[in-house]
Amino acid sequence: MARNRTGSESLNVSSARSQRFLFSNIIMHRLTIEQAVEGLQARKFSSAELTQAIYDRIDKIEGSVSAYIHLTREMAQQQAQDADRLIAQGEKKPLLGVPIALKDLICAQGTRTTCGSKILNDFVSPYDATVVRRLKDAGAVLIGKTNMDEFGMGSSTENSWHGTSKNPWNLERTPGGSSGGSAVAVSANECIAALGSDTGGSIRQPASFCGITGLKPTYGRVSRFGLIAYASSLDQIGPMTKTVADSAIMLNVICGKDPKDSTSAEVAVPDFSQALRQDVKGMRVGLPSEYFTSGLDPEVEESIRKSAKTLESLGMEIVDVSLPHLEYAVACYYIVACAEASANLSRYDGVKYGYRSERSETLMDMYSNTREEGFGKEVKRRILLGTFVLSSGYYDAYYLKGQKVRTLIKNDFENAFKQCDVIASPTAPAPAFKFNEKTGDPLQMYLSDIYTISANLAGVPGMSIPCGQSSTGLPIGLQLMAKHFDEETLLRVGHQYQQNTDHHLKFPSL
Amino acid sequence: MDYELVIGLEVHTQMKTKTKIFCSCSTAFGRSPNENTCPVCLGLPGVLPVLNKQALEYAIRACLATHSEVQEISQFDRKNYFYPDLPKGYQISQFALPIGLRGHLDIQVDGVQKRIGITRIHMEEDAGKLIHGENLGVSGKSYIDFNRTGVPLIEIVSEPELRSAEEAKAYLIELRSILQYADVSDCNMEEGSFRCDANVSLRPWGQEEFGTRTELKNLNSFRFIQKAIEYETDRQAKILNQGEKVIQETRLYDSDKGITFSMRSKEEAHDYRYFPEPDLPPIVVNSEWIERTRSTIPELPEEKRQRYVAEFKIPEYDAGVLTAEQDLAHYFENCVSEGAIPKTASNWIMGDLLGRLNKEGLGISNCPIPAIAMAELFKLIDKQTISGKIAKTVFEDMYSTGKPAEQIIQEKGLVQISDTGALEKLVQEVIDANPGQAEEFRNGKDKLMGFFVGQVMKASKGQANPELVNKIIKEKLT
Ligand SMILES: [Zn+2]
Repeated sequence: MARNRTGSESLNVSSARSQRFLFSNIIMHRLTIEQAVEGLQARKFSSAELTQAIYDRIDKIEGSVSAYIHLTREMAQQQAQDADRLIAQGEKKPLLGVPIALKDLICAQGTRTTCGSKILNDFVSPYDATVVRRLKDAGAVLIGKTNMDEFGMGSSTENSWHGTSKNPWNLERTPGGSSGGSAVAVSANECIAALGSDTGGSIRQPASFCGITGLKPTYGRVSRFGLIAYASSLDQIGPMTKTVADSAIMLNVICGKDPKDSTSAEVAVPDFSQALRQDVKGMRVGLPSEYFTSGLDPEVEESIRKSAKTLESLGMEIVDVSLPHLEYAVACYYIVACAEASANLSRYDGVKYGYRSERSETLMDMYSNTREEGFGKEVKRRILLGTFVLSSGYYDAYYLKGQKVRTLIKNDFENAFKQCDVIASPTAPAPAFKFNEKTGDPLQMYLSDIYTISANLAGVPGMSIPCGQSSTGLPIGLQLMAKHFDEETLLRVGHQYQQNTDHHLKFPSL
Repeated sequence: MDYELVIGLEVHTQMKTKTKIFCSCSTAFGRSPNENTCPVCLGLPGVLPVLNKQALEYAIRACLATHSEVQEISQFDRKNYFYPDLPKGYQISQFALPIGLRGHLDIQVDGVQKRIGITRIHMEEDAGKLIHGENLGVSGKSYIDFNRTGVPLIEIVSEPELRSAEEAKAYLIELRSILQYADVSDCNMEEGSFRCDANVSLRPWGQEEFGTRTELKNLNSFRFIQKAIEYETDRQAKILNQGEKVIQETRLYDSDKGITFSMRSKEEAHDYRYFPEPDLPPIVVNSEWIERTRSTIPELPEEKRQRYVAEFKIPEYDAGVLTAEQDLAHYFENCVSEGAIPKTASNWIMGDLLGRLNKEGLGISNCPIPAIAMAELFKLIDKQTISGKIAKTVFEDMYSTGKPAEQIIQEKGLVQISDTGALEKLVQEVIDANPGQAEEFRNGKDKLMGFFVGQVMKASKGQANPELVNKIIKEKLT
């Protein structure tokens, strides 16, 4: 039962009524950023009203979907009031008054930032992440912190200490992960847009499972300062939105060089919203043959091939490309990511903040008990794996080899982009899976990221947009990937696709 | 059996930056616990390091001053281990690609010059400090002061080319002097800004390969370093003489007992699991930067020493003493440039001036007599306006009152008597008063010269020019 995002059935109330009254009948929580900003600037509703509408929505359905770990009502209400005052003064900012959700590994001053972990359950960040600073500067209203796999380690949000989030399209199924909470919040209209983070597909795969748009920018495009690290050379914050146009707005706000992040890139920042408007005629879409093999669900394959046809109909040329090292991507990822994670997570030792085991006699006891009790199973698995691949005697065979494979994967993309402007592929091999379907078999779980991992290893931008549904009514995601720092192409192709299709206009009947 | 001692030294020194290596916290010493901290150096979740460019600049200076090759591309690594004073659970250091390689410095022991190789120089962050509750009267608890966490250090690793405790000490003194000259570090051992670990092993004379080494830590003064190495040499020699094997381990020096004791053995040694720090891109230093920095490195102690010997014709020993500290060298050079004869200046500075300062525990930088005033005294000595003996009195007065030498001499009428007529009169009086001794002198008892000079000096209240007195006595009595 899909409806238009704006809830247009309520737009055509009696024209005799005042504009103000008319807009109050709009289903505000369904608005996109574009629509919300337009409505706020036109004084059709206030940020306080919009924020309240979002919280009303949350109060109504959060019990079914569990998108959030915690809400920041007071802060949001204050920010909404501030936004309304600025709007009244004629101020214009890209997100002024717009309710946004944050994945709970992005630090916001004075709020709990748990990373989905027991070990950080009571950690309150004393500082703002750079993206949070930029959201605040852009006038955003921060609604709450969304659920996630602990430290970003997982593909289903089942690894959260706070319990699982449910896929709004089918409550029996996972929303994907690790940014599952953000994907659910956007999909179920519990926020206007959200931020997620993507280390191996953590934005794109849940976006695909929940039928929304999710963009992982180029590594270095968005500052990681204040993003609690999982794998530092792979992590990237990105928007999770209802439309590609919204992702462009969000990216405009959060991107750019940050002196606090040495890995943030000193590159020109275009106006991504401008880029959307240009057409895609004559651009080439590459379909990598390695992505269409036996592991791929036939319904997903059909949707992707249909999407390719759509792009062709918009004037794009379809070409075959090859990313030959795809088969090594998952292994390479788990070596690189776990190695970095094993160091990144060392700071959670019970000494300074977060959880500390009480049943310890010695320092060693405190360390091991704290980490034994504070971390979940998957996190411990990855710390062990990472510690192993860095150990003396194994470093060359694993970590160093992994780095070499990573270079090969990077080269694959460079070669592929000689033949095309954008690569199109499935985001995930299959639509959303059921709870506990893969928890018993980590390797099966890892394979659900097989199509997304390469973009992180290569550092290129990737985006998932809804492109169809399975026969069981589950969303299917189309992944687009582009050259380093060519988000413009990604957004343009995605936007033109959405201008000519309606998959992104569908939402779950909750 | 006799063994050859083999020593390699690892020196950690704090660079002079005002702020820490990866955040903007102050590096000031002596602040209250955890005052100099922020989310970054506390390793809070989500923070990232940003390299302090000034720290890199200092590291480059250290490389250039020790003739090390500055690496065009170097890199930070994570050194992983758990300890409460290490907030991230890893230390950001340099492992595979350090900033400097293949340097050297020259030392002199017993007049013999020797070149000691420097294997590598790398940058790293310091850790914090654990304070055990017992020291605060709270047992069963420990506290951590993170003020030092993230203070920028360089580690300078020598080749195992030192062969005695004296050589080790000479190396450290020279290295400290170089780092101070190059303005890299103040090398204050009390504040921990110059720390040393020593790798010590013995091998039978003539044997090519090294014996098993121990690493000595906690050596926080030059004296302790020498003592610890001497103790460790004896300990290892005893073990080897008993036909046993030295265990490779880390040992701490206990300065109260004068012994070293085992801290941890190799079996417990850490596997630090170094890997490249993904939060910091590789460090690129181009040759232009290196050359620009090189041009700002001042004359270093060794060059200065050679110049002093050649230019000022002072003995090598004096040159060594005067150049050991940059401030002292400046003081000396200022005196000379004001017109003092170098030898007079060096004798006086090394003797009376340093002696006086030492007595009060002062350094040359706290000297109450400015070089320009001191030079005036030296010139009066050089011109023989006053004798060396009177000069000592004048110096004491200058030191305590701050008055210029001329003024003191005027006020006290201390000018040396070089008037031949006046002196001849004095000498004659002394001869007349001591006819017996005069007779003996004439008969060849030369030793009595001292007696006559002494009597004349006494009669002149020390103001007679002793050389002239000598001359006149000789004339009159032969
Ligand atoms: Zn700091």
